[in-house]
Amino acid sequence: MGKYFRELSVAAALVLLLVVLAGIAPAFFELQPLLSRLTAQTPALIVAVGMTLVIICRQIDISVGSQFGVCAVVAGLLAAAGLPLSVVLLASMAAGAAMGALNGWLVAGLGLPSIVVTLATMVTWQEALRLFQQGKFINLPAGVQWFGLAQQRGQLTLIATAVVLLTCAAWAMKNLAAGRHVYAVGTDAEAARLAGINPRGITLGVFILLGALAGLAATLNIVQSPQVDPKAGGGLELKAIAAAVVGGVAVNGGRGNLWGVFVGLLLLATINPALTYLHVEAYWEKAIQGLVILLAVVADGIRSRKGGAK
Amino acid sequence: MRALKEVSFDLHAGEVHALLGENGAGKSTLIKVITGAHQPDGGRITVGGVEVSQLTPARARALGIACIYQQPALFPDLSVAENIALRLEKTSAWQRVRWAEIARRARELLQRIGAEIDPATEVRELSMPEQQLVEIACALGAGARIVIMDEPTASLTQKEQHLLFAVVRELRAQGVGVIYISHRLEEIFALADRVTVLRDGESVGTNPVAAINEASLIRMMVGREVSAIYPPAESAPGEVVLALCGVGCAAGGVRDVSLEVRAGEIMGLAGLVGAGRTELARILFGITPADSGEIILHGRRVAVASPRIAVAAGIAYVPEDRRRHGVILEMPIAANMTMAIHPRLFPGAWLRFGAERALALDYIRELAVKTFGPEAPGGSLSGGNQQKVALARWLATQPKLLILDEPTQGVDVGAKGEIHKIIRRLAKDGLAVLMISSDLPEVLGMSDRIAVMRGGTIAAMLPGHSDAHTVMAAALGQPGKAAA
Repeated sequence: MGKYFRELSVAAALVLLLVVLAGIAPAFFELQPLLSRLTAQTPALIVAVGMTLVIICRQIDISVGSQFGVCAVVAGLLAAAGLPLSVVLLASMAAGAAMGALNGWLVAGLGLPSIVVTLATMVTWQEALRLFQQGKFINLPAGVQWFGLAQQRGQLTLIATAVVLLTCAAWAMKNLAAGRHVYAVGTDAEAARLAGINPRGITLGVFILLGALAGLAATLNIVQSPQVDPKAGGGLELKAIAAAVVGGVAVNGGRGNLWGVFVGLLLLATINPALTYLHVEAYWEKAIQGLVILLAVVADGIRSRKGGAK
Repeated sequence: MRALKEVSFDLHAGEVHALLGENGAGKSTLIKVITGAHQPDGGRITVGGVEVSQLTPARARALGIACIYQQPALFPDLSVAENIALRLEKTSAWQRVRWAEIARRARELLQRIGAEIDPATEVRELSMPEQQLVEIACALGAGARIVIMDEPTASLTQKEQHLLFAVVRELRAQGVGVIYISHRLEEIFALADRVTVLRDGESVGTNPVAAINEASLIRMMVGREVSAIYPPAESAPGEVVLALCGVGCAAGGVRDVSLEVRAGEIMGLAGLVGAGRTELARILFGITPADSGEIILHGRRVAVASPRIAVAAGIAYVPEDRRRHGVILEMPIAANMTMAIHPRLFPGAWLRFGAERALALDYIRELAVKTFGPEAPGGSLSGGNQQKVALARWLATQPKLLILDEPTQGVDVGAKGEIHKIIRRLAKDGLAVLMISSDLPEVLGMSDRIAVMRGGTIAAMLPGHSDAHTVMAAALGQPGKAAA
């Protein structure tokens, strides 16, 4: 109980919100809109998984939104050229991994602060994409949307993919030596190095993984509509970081749980539709999300001060 | 344990009073009491004939007590004049900065101590002794009557030392009382008027420098019996496990170290703080790899370029700063113990919690770690038990050579005895042990042979049952006089 108190309290908040909704606005739980709302969150969830590992490793990557945009255009152009979706997916992930590797190399190899490195790459990719694509949408051939399946089956496929990925990642973080190495490096890189772990390799690895996941998320995003919007990744990095923070991942590394991040993302994503169903003006969404994040950070601050005093 | 016991110490105006004692004798604690950083729980402090109760750092400063630390705490991006002004002036935030006044004042203060430094220079461009001079100028500007210098020459060259000595003499001539802490006896004889020796938190005596010689000073510093009972050596040393041939590392300040450690042998590595012992250990473990000489393990030359290679070669290093680098406090004991053997314990890359738990339980039993189980976080243990966990992590790598850096620092007496027994048992089982310790009785009681380091190299190789006097003399660089 004590170990997962933080994650459980976020889950409790989510359940409370859902119970309120069930009482006041049962329409919230109608299958098709619910399914669509969940589907819309799958790219953010996948990116949040990668972001969580980066944050546990005591780093940050604010360039994922730009990476996502580049990957979406790569995937869109290849799909428009008629290549099979498997090739599109691999190319998009490779592009993401390459961008992640650049971040990772600058951070782990040259020892530069990740906030500055990824700020620079964020602007670079974003502007490069703007020059290259001129903001034009890419029209996709028929058969790309929902993998050519019926909408509902396509949505279920996307949701299932994201949840399976989350489950595998959560399992790996607990059960693979590599997962423990990520926690160790995030807690104390020097201690990890003395124990024969390679902190640079781990840091490079989490950045590459996040890039590849951004590529996966971008591909899973373009199949949701008949066109590719080159600006689709805007704000994604904040969404992913917010989910991680609300889900109990320590911003200074070493602590965090992917299931907590999952719940955190669901909580943040439920706020907007909840406002609609509760007939509150949607303007309040960002303010309330901000409040939730602030609450989470304050709670963590109080907790770590109590714990850290010893 | 009391850090200080009924110490009496007095300082006259216009006097240099040296404070001497081995590591942990209580010098730092005494300084902290004088500067108000620590509150004494007994006794009186009198400054200028007036008794001071409740000395705080601010009050000490107001009374004219200033401390010059080894590492000056200046702002590197500001000029010398600005640094001095920041220390001395209490200006309100909206007051205009009077640049000419600040520069004039800085120049005047620097002149007073005979330092040739341009007040407009940025501090980052100054050498270490020049920065110390700026600190001294600040102290004088603040009207210091008592200046404490804590090993000011530790990182200085010969030439820089002479510059500093001249300033100290100048201070004395101006009626300032100087408390001068140093390990270097020759400095004390060159500079001080009186010397007080501390040992185990007690003052052994205060003498005029003119009335004492080096041999008697060393005797005062050491003068005690090895009181604790140490487990006896039970086995004859076997083959040579580690041989060092002229090993050095410019970055670590270690040069030309040659020694041999045999299987079943505990080699004590003695020396004063800054003598290069930890630096040598870091070279052997590949943290700061050697840039000269040869490291030979079991007759084969090994290039130890990283901790990973060191572990693979059979070297284990239990570091000094266990809270930072030894045990990850947030992680369970079991995870801490297996951290260095992941490739072996988990061949398929995934963790096998059963095997990990079994291994942890084995070590908890073998080393008598007091805990409620392998899942307890490292931070829940006492210092001694954390040290056992750190030890277990490295024993799990099945090393041939075990390097221990201050294995019982911050450990209570009971756990200390247990750790000593464990170390002795490991040696008996054929491990070669290199034990760094600043605890002289521990070095004398545990070691089969003692290597004494001084100035980054081995100053003397002594048999295990040497007396404290000989070891201390070698560490201080007075071997000839000690023999007399």
